[in-house]
Amino acid sequence: MLKQIEGSHAVAEAVSLCRPEVICAYPISPQTHIVEALGEMVKSGELDRCEFINVESEFAAMSVAIGASAAGARTYTATASQGLLFMAEAVYNAAGLGLPIVMTDANRAIGAPINIWNDHSDALSMRDSGWIQLFAETNQEALDLHILAFRLAEELSLPVMVCMDGFILTHAYERVDMPTQQQVDRFLPPYEPRQVLDPREPVSIGAMVGPEAFSEVRYLAHAKQLQALERIPVLAGEFSTIFGRESGRLVHRYRTEDAETVVIAMGSVMGTIKDVVDEMRASGVSIGALGICSYRPAPLAVIRETVKGARRVVVLEKSLAVGLGGILATDVRMALSGLHLHGYTVIAGLGGRPILKSSLHALFERAGRDELEHVTFLDLNWDVVNRVLERERTTRRSGSIAENVLRDVGVPTASGV
Amino acid sequence: METQIIKFYQTGSFAVGNRLLDESQRSVQANMRRSNSLNSGHRACQGCGEALGARYAIDAAMQATSNQLIAVNATGCLEVFSTPYPETSWQLPWIHSLFGNAAAVATGVAAAMRVKGRQDVRVIAQGGDGGTTDIGFGCLSGMFERNDDVLYICYDNEGYMNTGVQRSSATPPAARTSTTAAIGEEPGNGFGQGKFVPAIAMAHEIPYVATASVAYLRDLEAKVHRAMSLRGARYLHIFVPCPLGWGAASEDTIRLARLVVETGLFPLFEAEHGEVTGRYQIRHRVPVEEYLRLQKRYSHLLGKRPAVATIARIQAMAERNIRRYGLLGEEA
Amino acid sequence: MDKLFAITLDVGSSLANKTGTWRTYRPVYVDRLPPCNNQCPAGENIQAWLYLAEEGRYEDAWRKIMEENPFPAIMGRVCYHTCESACNRGALDEAVGINGVERFLGDQAIKHEWRIEPGSPTGRRVLVVGAGPAGLSCAYHLARLGHAVTVLEGADKAGGMVRYSIPKYRMPREKLNQEIKRIADMGVEIRLSSPVSDLAAEMKKGRYDAAFVAVGAQLGRHLPLPSSGGVAVLDAVQILRDLEHEEAVPLRGRVIVYGGGNTAFDVARSAVRLGALESLVVYRRTREKMPAHRSEIREALEEGVTLRCLSTITEVGTGAVTIERMELDAKGRSQPTGEREMIPATTVVLALGQDTDLGLLTGVPGLRVENGLVQVDRNLATGATGIWAGGDIVPADRNATVAIGHGKKAARQIDAWLRGEVLRRPAKPELASADMMNTWYYSDAPRAIRPILEAVRRTSGFAEVVGDYDEGTALYEARRCMSCGNCFECDNCYGVCPDNAVIKLGPGERFEFNYDYCKGCGVCISECPCGAIRRVPEAI
Ligand SMILES: Cc1cc2nc3c(=O)[nH]c(=O)nc-3n(C[C@H](O)[C@H](O)[C@H](O)COP(=O)(O)OP(=O)(O)OC[C@H]3O[C@@H](n4cnc5c(N)ncnc54)[C@H](O)[C@@H]3O)c2cc1C
Ligand SMILES: Cc1ncc(C[n+]2csc(CCOP(=O)(O)OP(=O)(O)O)c2C)c(N)n1
Ligand code: SF4
Ligand code: SF4
Ligand SMILES: [Mg+2]
Repeated sequence: MLKQIEGSHAVAEAVSLCRPEVICAYPISPQTHIVEALGEMVKSGELDRCEFINVESEFAAMSVAIGASAAGARTYTATASQGLLFMAEAVYNAAGLGLPIVMTDANRAIGAPINIWNDHSDALSMRDSGWIQLFAETNQEALDLHILAFRLAEELSLPVMVCMDGFILTHAYERVDMPTQQQVDRFLPPYEPRQVLDPREPVSIGAMVGPEAFSEVRYLAHAKQLQALERIPVLAGEFSTIFGRESGRLVHRYRTEDAETVVIAMGSVMGTIKDVVDEMRASGVSIGALGICSYRPAPLAVIRETVKGARRVVVLEKSLAVGLGGILATDVRMALSGLHLHGYTVIAGLGGRPILKSSLHALFERAGRDELEHVTFLDLNWDVVNRVLERERTTRRSGSIAENVLRDVGVPTASGV
Repeated sequence: METQIIKFYQTGSFAVGNRLLDESQRSVQANMRRSNSLNSGHRACQGCGEALGARYAIDAAMQATSNQLIAVNATGCLEVFSTPYPETSWQLPWIHSLFGNAAAVATGVAAAMRVKGRQDVRVIAQGGDGGTTDIGFGCLSGMFERNDDVLYICYDNEGYMNTGVQRSSATPPAARTSTTAAIGEEPGNGFGQGKFVPAIAMAHEIPYVATASVAYLRDLEAKVHRAMSLRGARYLHIFVPCPLGWGAASEDTIRLARLVVETGLFPLFEAEHGEVTGRYQIRHRVPVEEYLRLQKRYSHLLGKRPAVATIARIQAMAERNIRRYGLLGEEA
Repeated sequence: MDKLFAITLDVGSSLANKTGTWRTYRPVYVDRLPPCNNQCPAGENIQAWLYLAEEGRYEDAWRKIMEENPFPAIMGRVCYHTCESACNRGALDEAVGINGVERFLGDQAIKHEWRIEPGSPTGRRVLVVGAGPAGLSCAYHLARLGHAVTVLEGADKAGGMVRYSIPKYRMPREKLNQEIKRIADMGVEIRLSSPVSDLAAEMKKGRYDAAFVAVGAQLGRHLPLPSSGGVAVLDAVQILRDLEHEEAVPLRGRVIVYGGGNTAFDVARSAVRLGALESLVVYRRTREKMPAHRSEIREALEEGVTLRCLSTITEVGTGAVTIERMELDAKGRSQPTGEREMIPATTVVLALGQDTDLGLLTGVPGLRVENGLVQVDRNLATGATGIWAGGDIVPADRNATVAIGHGKKAARQIDAWLRGEVLRRPAKPELASADMMNTWYYSDAPRAIRPILEAVRRTSGFAEVVGDYDEGTALYEARRCMSCGNCFECDNCYGVCPDNAVIKLGPGERFEFNYDYCKGCGVCISECPCGAIRRVPEAI
């Protein structure tokens, strides 16, 4: 059924169609609308046979999810940013215990400075946690990915994080095709836990494992992600048979077949990139785009296969490995080893900075001329940066960089008032 | 529960067993078929009070629930000594997640049971004092405040034992730990710090809060039974001596757990919805020195030149408890 | 279930970890000797029968006593119960009322007519001379061992001094008769009015294989007091014997009893009952030094007997006696002061101890008598082959309990000798001293008081003074026993082991250590209330 609704509500409805049994969450922008909607559905009875638990922190949210999932309940939670970091220990733990929890990460920057707007720093900070991480390009895909996530999680006994750009997707009203309950039921069988806390068959879950078996345990976690790499396309195929649309591939290719330049990115920015690709193609530039849906497991082979004929790759990412450069770019480089092509890293959209078509045009054109720096910060205000750096060189100033920058751009700071 | 009138018998209900009672009236621990929830082969130190307390409590809960029980365990000695791969000592469904989240994980398990219509299966969360009063305190308070159907059991050995005997907020004043050395102006842990979580639990007005000690088995079991007869958030704080951490002889574990009560340093009581409903009255009152003397963590107080003033402060703490909880009955 | 590798484990798996290897000390169950048992002159296993009584298993408890002592109803009345002074419970509140429970059990046996079967016949014949407590005890034990026993008794009734000296208000005769009858019913032949004058001849005549001599000390000791003859001077033993024969006893007017032992008080108290105007006990030392039992003195005073300590009778006049005051010297001995006083008297009774009459032993080869006492080795064997002796005629404390113990010991020796064996005494177990106990576990429980007949009712007849425990009280008292040194299945060790290394074997079967898992922490040892676990170093 087609609906014009907010991304968060679309996701909430999709989650509800998955018949979750336990939902626990702690509010943080921009995740709030999702859990508010679910809370209401549970309270109103629209979503029955489900417990909605208002916890006291994200750490508790993930912990409650761990307990519920280990006890055999289909479990969902959502968070973002600081919340994801606050639950970090439990995030790793859920994966280590092989619990098929599904969590939405309404992607948001991480402070300090505190910032509620979108980028991918939060999700990528958890890239080694053992979770499967899927990025949605659109609200439709966000909705679909949740349905797929439960199926994938439960099949592999692994938690899945569905990442959707905060505000850009969560708060955007878009038209979506909401599946029916029958469709979802056909795709997603009831949860049959692989192992479960049950007095009828007691086991001890969560043993302490020493050097004698720890490497094996970790390897098995890795191997499981590699299995996911095989299962995701299969499930996506099944998904399209039942729901009649493509969603949740490992990657989305856009006019990459003969492209000399391939732009690689994740999430909603792919929409803007595709527009720019179309415009540049129209003016005869050989350019295409590759959207990564499955960030973890990393689809290295598919990436390699896609770009091996190109002359250059531009990785545009909403994250920064401070002191290194790109995070996604580093992963992509893994896929490219041995291929002779130029690789550029572009850090863009941090903390909600808009990624403008005009900026992308200029960026890709320079890339086409191979004039790009190795690492480029899109639309950086160099005046400010240089002024700060200059002063730093002369007076080693202590205090927060953020405050100093604000002072430089002329905004009164708390300490300055 | 029907009660049997016990004709006077040697040990009354002080000892574990009483061969003159009906089977149904005996302690769980006296039963030949007790569940031994925490089985032999665990790696706790010799004389570990925590290992003992855990078996006492969980066996009692197993009996109260006809074995329909799931346990969630915080990181700490109890977890480490009971489940090192490839051996577990637990005989019931059990999960360990993290150090600070046992209460929340238990909430999740309870929610799953409720949603699956298996309300007969009950949930216990358990952890050390560190996992309870410090790092797990947020989750604990959250579980209390939501009145989730979980019995949380804290095994209080007054310090972070698993990591080498560091101070926790349950470490008593003057006690030496590896982070409160017996040196300086105020050797050992400082006075005027720390918290008594049972009182904080009561402030949540949850259905049931109780303290217990491994030296008072029947009392402990009765409290577990009472707790399991209620729904909602319940808290049991069990005093469990740690021979290693306290520098005590392994055979003194129960003696210490008894003396701490008989001195008044650790009050035994129970409370429902925030109000004290029962208290143990001291049977043979003893001065605190008798308790302190058996532990090396207090040796700096006792040697040749005893720290009289410090001992007096500890004695005053005992007296405050006696007053506050009415541990001497009428005369108090 | 599809379990995660290493992270998820199967229940029961820790049993593979045998933590017993950590041990440097091991706990071992022991049976230590309770102080009461250690003290009991008859060698009763008091703790063991109290244990049975605790459960209400009175017959079993009684049979336990009967293994050592055939006279619980008698002992429960006349035994001086030194076990109670040794009782560890004394340090906690008050000693267990062992004696009262014993009496309760003895009376239960009489009431229910519980019997003891003799052993299967050995064909051996043993002679016992004297049917006092020593002789009857020996006969009983020999009968249990299957020997044919003949008891020759000079008097017309059996029981020895217990019958002929201990007054009825302390030892009702029907109880005495019943306990003796039970022995006779086992096939022991008790021939009354059959004094033996020549033991060797008697043995030969009856073709006995062995003999036990226990003729007691029947002769009242005399003191040549200057007397004008105006006041009757009588012998305590004779008076008590006459009382038993219900002959008129001249205890009238002002009765003065000379001596401070139990005999003196038995006479003094009898005098009160016979209507004497006054009954005064004169004793040369202090009251504290009186050999009579404390309760005996207390009860006598309650009944109106008066005392005059640190006094000797120097002369018996007419209607009066002269008394000299004594005082203690530096060494605590009483010395005459020369201060005299006349006090009115109708009768003087000498209660100064008894001597033996051992004429029947003259000419027995190897048998030695010194100071009127038969010399025996520690097994009560005399120097004469096949002849043992015990009770008041051998050097030992003179009381019925000792006599009963002698009878048992001699019987066991005789039995071994008849079988051509040497009886090896089992090594005495370590004493269960108070410091081995963890008395925390015992409920606070003051001793039950035995009902005492009111003084007015006592003085008007020979009714039994000290009453019985009713069942509830007997049970209560039995349950006060702490079972020193002997497991009483309180389950403490089973409960307190942090490693579940104690196996409970079930009711009456006690426990076993599972050394596969016992880490040797010693908590069980500390928490065993009764000290029945010993700490033994491991050989490393
Ligand atoms: C007044 C009094 C009160 C006492 N009160 C107590 C008391 O309360 N508690 C206690 O424990 N003890 C008491 N005693 C002591 C106790 O009675 C004796 O120690 C005990 O009876 C000694 O036992 P026996 O078998 O050695 O000798 P006896 O009891 O004296 O028995 C010896 C028997 O041998 C018989 N006999 C003697 N010569 C011959 C012979 N030639 N041939 C055949 N038979 C012979 C006698 O007639 C007698 O029956 C009391 C003693 C007296 C005198
Ligand atoms: C988040 C976190 N911080 C610290 C630790 C290290 N740690 C593990 S157990 C423990 C001490 C446990 O103390 P307590 O809860 O009192 O239990 P005990 O070992 O004394 O029984 C600590 C500090 C940890 N595992 N996780
Ligand atoms: S350190 Fe203490 S709490 Fe930990 S196992 Fe040893 S005795 Fe038990
Ligand atoms: S308490 Fe019992 S076993 Fe111990 S000395 Fe007293 S009577 Fe004997
Ligand atoms: Mg601790």
